[in-house]
Amino acid sequence: MMSQPEPWQKAETPGPMKALVISKPEVVVGMIKNAKRPLLIVGPESAEREISGEKEIDQLIRIAKAGKIPIVATSRAVIDFVRRNYGPVSWMPAVDIANRLRDAEWTGVKGEGQHDLAIFAGMQYYVEWLLLSGLKHFGGKLRTVSLDRFYQPHANWSFPNLGEEEWQQNLRVIQNGLGRVL
Amino acid sequence: MSKKALQLKVGELKTDIALVKDLEISVGRIYEETWSEKIGPTPFPSVVDLREWDLKLLQRYQPFYMPFCDLCCLCTMGKCDLTKQKRGACGLDIAGQQSRIVLIAACIGASTHTAHARHLVDHLIGKYGRDHPVNMGQNVEVEAPIIRTVCGIRPKALGDLEDVLDYAESQITQLLAATHTGQEESNIDFESKVLHAGMIDHVALEVADIAQVSAMDFPRAEPDAPLAEIGFGAVDISKPTILVVGHNVLPAGAIMDYIDDQKLYGQIEVAGICCTAHDVTRYNPKAKIVGPLSWQLRFIRSGLPDLIVLDEQCIRTDTLVEAQKIKAPVIVTSDKNCAGLANRTADDIEEIVADLVSGKIPGVLILNPEKAGEVAVRTAREVAPKRSKFKTIPNEGEIAAIAKKCSGCGECRRACPNDLLIPEGIAQAAKGNTALLSELLNDCIGCARCESACPNGIPVHSLIVSAAGKSLSQERYRIRVGRGGIQDVEIRNVGSPIVLGEIPGVVAFVGCSNYPHGGREVAEMAEEFVKRRFIVTSSGCAAMSIAMHMNDEGKNIYESYPGAFDAGCFSNVGSCVANSHIAGAAIKIASIFAKRSLRGNYEEVADYVLNRVGAVGVAWGAMSQKAAAIASGCWRLGVPVVVGPHGMKYRRMLLGRKDRENDWYVYDARTGDKTYVGPAPEHLFYAAETKEEAMVMIAKLCMRPNDTSKGRAIKLTHYVDLHKRLFGTVPDDIHLFVRRATDIPITMKDEIEKILAQKGWKERNIPDPTLLPRLIRRRKE
Repeated sequence: MMSQPEPWQKAETPGPMKALVISKPEVVVGMIKNAKRPLLIVGPESAEREISGEKEIDQLIRIAKAGKIPIVATSRAVIDFVRRNYGPVSWMPAVDIANRLRDAEWTGVKGEGQHDLAIFAGMQYYVEWLLLSGLKHFGGKLRTVSLDRFYQPHANWSFPNLGEEEWQQNLRVIQNGLGRVL
Repeated sequence: MSKKALQLKVGELKTDIALVKDLEISVGRIYEETWSEKIGPTPFPSVVDLREWDLKLLQRYQPFYMPFCDLCCLCTMGKCDLTKQKRGACGLDIAGQQSRIVLIAACIGASTHTAHARHLVDHLIGKYGRDHPVNMGQNVEVEAPIIRTVCGIRPKALGDLEDVLDYAESQITQLLAATHTGQEESNIDFESKVLHAGMIDHVALEVADIAQVSAMDFPRAEPDAPLAEIGFGAVDISKPTILVVGHNVLPAGAIMDYIDDQKLYGQIEVAGICCTAHDVTRYNPKAKIVGPLSWQLRFIRSGLPDLIVLDEQCIRTDTLVEAQKIKAPVIVTSDKNCAGLANRTADDIEEIVADLVSGKIPGVLILNPEKAGEVAVRTAREVAPKRSKFKTIPNEGEIAAIAKKCSGCGECRRACPNDLLIPEGIAQAAKGNTALLSELLNDCIGCARCESACPNGIPVHSLIVSAAGKSLSQERYRIRVGRGGIQDVEIRNVGSPIVLGEIPGVVAFVGCSNYPHGGREVAEMAEEFVKRRFIVTSSGCAAMSIAMHMNDEGKNIYESYPGAFDAGCFSNVGSCVANSHIAGAAIKIASIFAKRSLRGNYEEVADYVLNRVGAVGVAWGAMSQKAAAIASGCWRLGVPVVVGPHGMKYRRMLLGRKDRENDWYVYDARTGDKTYVGPAPEHLFYAAETKEEAMVMIAKLCMRPNDTSKGRAIKLTHYVDLHKRLFGTVPDDIHLFVRRATDIPITMKDEIEKILAQKGWKERNIPDPTLLPRLIRRRKE
């Protein structure tokens, strides 16, 4: 795959404001570490997609553990977390979590205050594209990152379109940068 | 009807200056005196008459916009960049622009249905006269619940429907005018207008179906409507075959009439795609259904039609191009799509047939349905032997050679709306294994964007169809033709258990076939809710997709369950315009069961439906602007709509916030007290990512403030059970839906009580719920 900042689905061009490309995954590590209340939003595709024989959801769980990031599972993704016996997960429909993230008065999944960084992964490309568009326009100070394999132009930060290996490597760098998972 | 022109008819008038014969004068409108229902506050409501109701809904269910584009490009001052809360040259911001686009879509949908209805009414009046009676069935006294509620009239004859259409057309004009540059500035007022457009759309749907049911003798509210055949394999391709596509049944009906007149049954096949197929089988179940709108390309390219007749709506706009490739002539029959063809409406039939058969012209425009019908049959019979079912789908043996042209660029996948693994399928096919390619057809929406994107000119869609050829030819199912309305007696039987909550809900699977994972998901969802003894109904492409999947017993849903509007039954009301009967059923519950006056009384009826009738619309593959308009009508009526993930592309949801307690108070009509009722229903317009999520949400959205404890316990049983089965957890919001200890399902008592204790739950009252202060019977001092 070519690494270039163009939408994966070619017609999904957004307009003048496009995501900055994550050329080095360490940038994401820095953003997560600097965020007061990051949130990882994981969609149902994460349990379908494989990265070198491993499901995307397993990589994401390790990142969440390493960065101590709360997870919101959307749609049926919740059952895949339950099956992995991974506890600290809220369940919320994708449209609901996006709708709450744009509300400055929402107190977040833990009731501690609105999140300042929302990390998206594991959704259908166009679903994530639209949710990120909503947050780009109405999310206020919220910053958004996509960890999926394909360029998401409405995020603040996104990988370019990546090959599987490069994607896996990037996720591993993020995980390692956040800390060791036992 | 209750409101009509004063008509003076004089057979012969002799005066000093003239002898006048057959004089007819219409003056103004008068209200019908024979209807005992009192006229309500809003007959023929204007754009703003129901605004207060809309604002109540929009306060609770606020829009969440997901812009498809950062720009506005509707006027020459633009393009305007609307990011970062910038305003465009006209002053509009991104929220205003999104709601404006939503309104434009709703107006497109409403105008399309209204124009369709107008064409039907004009044609049928021309054929049967203005006085032809409205007849929706023997057990149907509330013949036009939507028209009664919105317009405040009772249509008695086809001519009465003209008044209704005059009103609908005037409203759409007003609404569309509001989208011009420099008009409406508030996104919430745009949204109110969207709801108005939706309500008008429902009026038009009802007019269209009343006209065709009454005049064309479709099934009249018949639970046991006849079965028709559906599927690729249902069409006998040894015969000349006419394919009819679209939504307006008149040309297809005329084809069946000509076949009948000429005693040609058994010698020619008439098969339909999309709603024309529904309606032609309602007219004559000897016609067959190929499938939903996504079946167009695969059927045409397979060379099966010897002639294609297009009417209007959801037809592929490259049909003429595709038809020429298989040497099949095309007859277009609607001023909505003239396809660049010569208008031969006034020409001699012999000449038209000769021109089409010779191949001198690729097609014709014929605006007279009867003439189109005769030309179609005669041409198809002559063309068929010459064509010999010439096709453009490659033979299975050719697939590998064509697939080898693939350079593996992946552009096909990047163009595919469902991100299908086409490159992998093509690569395997190049090596002689077509299994994956064949499987792709299950999830394919038939758009052929993959082909447009291919730099090597590979006919990707055709390869997929070829690979799946064997299974396609075996598609042969039965579908109960559209039954039309719901009988008053059926409403009487289910009204009480629905309103009290003992029937857990009414779920309508409707709309187009832009599915994320094929039609099987709709069939699976429908059967799940039938088994759970919900009332399940359907229409349009969804009703077809549901027919095309067998359950574990080797039967489809139509063969497994009765077609009544009752718990544990499954009905097909018919085409898109028959959706009016589903919304109408909700209204009829208010009228027949609860004795609420419908006449010009929209707000009260919608308040009733929102608070008491646990109905949910599911448009899993919604694609069109018409679907947007139909959904908008449901929202104003208080019926939530769930769409599939592609439905997010409508770019706006209407979402409740269950975490905001203040949003969920209603008045207790008995006392005037404001009472918390929990988030029921939680959303008005909601997109689910997956079938599983949709099923959980459907069960949840059926809850209503008026449910009795017994009813709420039944509804909670389904919600909790589905949540546990599909998500592996007990819902974390159950405390919001349990009002009293008696609401708790007995079989889940221990589990739920534990959660309630953790949440600090307290019992609360079950009110007689309303959002309208004027309905409070005794005000608190």
